[in-house]
Amino acid sequence: MNFFLTIILDGLIQASWLFIVALGLTLVFGVLKILNIAHGSFYALGAYIAATAVTMVAARGLPPSVGFVAMLLSVVLIASAIGLLLERGLLKMFYGRDEVVLLLVTYAVFLILEDVTKLIWGVNPIYATQPYELFGNLEFAGLYYVGYDLVLIPISAVVGFAIWFGLNRTVIGKIVLAVIHNEEMSVSMGVRVNRVYAIAFAFGALLAALAGALTAPKISMQPGLSSDVIILSFAIVVIGGLGSVEGAAIGAILVGLARAASVHLMPQAELFMIYLIMAAVLMFRPEGLFKRETARRI
Amino acid sequence: MRKSLHPVVMIALVAAVTLAGRALPTWTLSLATIAASNALIALGIVVLARTGNVSFGQGLFFAAGGYGVALIANAWGLTDAVAQVIVGALCGGLLGLVVGPLIARYSGIFFGMLTLALSMVFYGALVKSTALGGSDGFNVGRPSLFGMSFTDPREADYMLYAISVIVTGFAGIAATILFRSEFGLASLAVRENNLRVEYLGLSANRIISINFLIAAIFAGASGAFALMAQRHIDPQFAYWTTSGEFVFVAVLAGNQSVAAVFVASMALELVRSFSNLYLPNTWQLVLGVFLLGVILFLPRGIGSLWIRDRRKRRISTTAHLTVERGAAP
Repeated sequence: MNFFLTIILDGLIQASWLFIVALGLTLVFGVLKILNIAHGSFYALGAYIAATAVTMVAARGLPPSVGFVAMLLSVVLIASAIGLLLERGLLKMFYGRDEVVLLLVTYAVFLILEDVTKLIWGVNPIYATQPYELFGNLEFAGLYYVGYDLVLIPISAVVGFAIWFGLNRTVIGKIVLAVIHNEEMSVSMGVRVNRVYAIAFAFGALLAALAGALTAPKISMQPGLSSDVIILSFAIVVIGGLGSVEGAAIGAILVGLARAASVHLMPQAELFMIYLIMAAVLMFRPEGLFKRETARRI
Repeated sequence: MRKSLHPVVMIALVAAVTLAGRALPTWTLSLATIAASNALIALGIVVLARTGNVSFGQGLFFAAGGYGVALIANAWGLTDAVAQVIVGALCGGLLGLVVGPLIARYSGIFFGMLTLALSMVFYGALVKSTALGGSDGFNVGRPSLFGMSFTDPREADYMLYAISVIVTGFAGIAATILFRSEFGLASLAVRENNLRVEYLGLSANRIISINFLIAAIFAGASGAFALMAQRHIDPQFAYWTTSGEFVFVAVLAGNQSVAAVFVASMALELVRSFSNLYLPNTWQLVLGVFLLGVILFLPRGIGSLWIRDRRKRRISTTAHLTVERGAAP
């Protein structure tokens, strides 16, 4: 019994940060119709910035809780600025091109950001473990967990709810949904689609970087982080359905559980399992679990 | 290639490039071998892209060819270079025969994602299989040719160069003939509108499957070349960034000219080796800027530099039409 509980808890912890990454990816796809390969780079960027912030705070002898707040704030500010800059300065030039060409543009951005992070932070692993002890250790049904890990679950639930609420219950959200649904119609109704694009892309980058910051205390930051994460979040959004918030949640939980289960049951099958699920979902529901089939125009 | 270029001229061109290798310095030989091998797999992507589908998982067939050859070479002592290329092509082709029909009904981003997923499944399996050396891979012996073994490294390099140029050259000629054929034109029609192709009595799925098979065969043979050039194989062959690089070459080349694929592949290898030499830590950055530049300034690829005939107008009108229809999901 405890064994299954371990798998489920581990899975949910994994799912919590994967969900935040996938949320950004699915939002950007929904609004801009771009499958953003550079999304993983934003995650890595967030993790690195968080590490720098945490180390700087720790060097001044301030408590880890200040470091935690500082890392979240700095990441949110820097990532949304970079996202905005990239969308306005670069992606804008390629709108109207084939979706595969846009995919390659983001691939180029991925390559560039990969080296930029290497230039700034070097190739050696970086750690930022101070906030990890912030919430102590918790006992849960006879199992001991690091409090920080468990706190990630409510944090991601709050982020998910905030996004859902923002999209469905506010005017700005309704406008974004209108652009997702039909861009041409929104333009003719007076929506400034370009502005929605910029905000959505910046917000997507912010979410990825936020997830990076939240996981930074748990992991070691080194090159290759971004390509691992993008490949996981691709699987999640494809399983859930591109552009769907509920889908991202279900996909993240499925992938999180699959990862946790294979780590505990057969460690050799981790990546294999996730992509098997993705391939199976694509075979039977090519639009993902949560997307309605759209009538195609001939 | 221009319509006026006769296949005999193309064969002469391949022969000339092969012989020219005699005069090239050694470092360019291995560079050109890798470039020719990458051109072969990128050519497969171009063949497939003519049906409107871009595969982001050609690493799957690349690795299948490489591992197939490496295992057979180590188990049965098969060192003959030509036989290895054939084995690689067969391994890629067999896998393509299975995978192609399964994924032919997907299009656009889903096709790309599914091919990527399959290659990553393979990658995940390879990394964890201790029998195949896990993430370290394993080594293979030096290839021979028709019973001759090459001890002089320069001769060995030239042998590999010659075979890769000849195989890739003939694949290019075959592709040119294919593009001009009825089947090649039907493939273009699938890209424009697969439902209309179905109404005309052709099977769009079958056309995509056959093109996919050709791409897989090319990728398998390319994997064999990469193996012979490195004499080492590891799961990185199947990783998504490897596949991404091949798509990169295909986009760089554009789909107007077969020769452009070779030029693009060579350009990429040159950029890579020079930035390796002068900017060792930032070659991905250089690569990314290079890719952005090409997409921005040469939207139809390097091939558009020398193909400027009536085809240009025709393609730009069709491009216009697709943009108009582009709003349709």
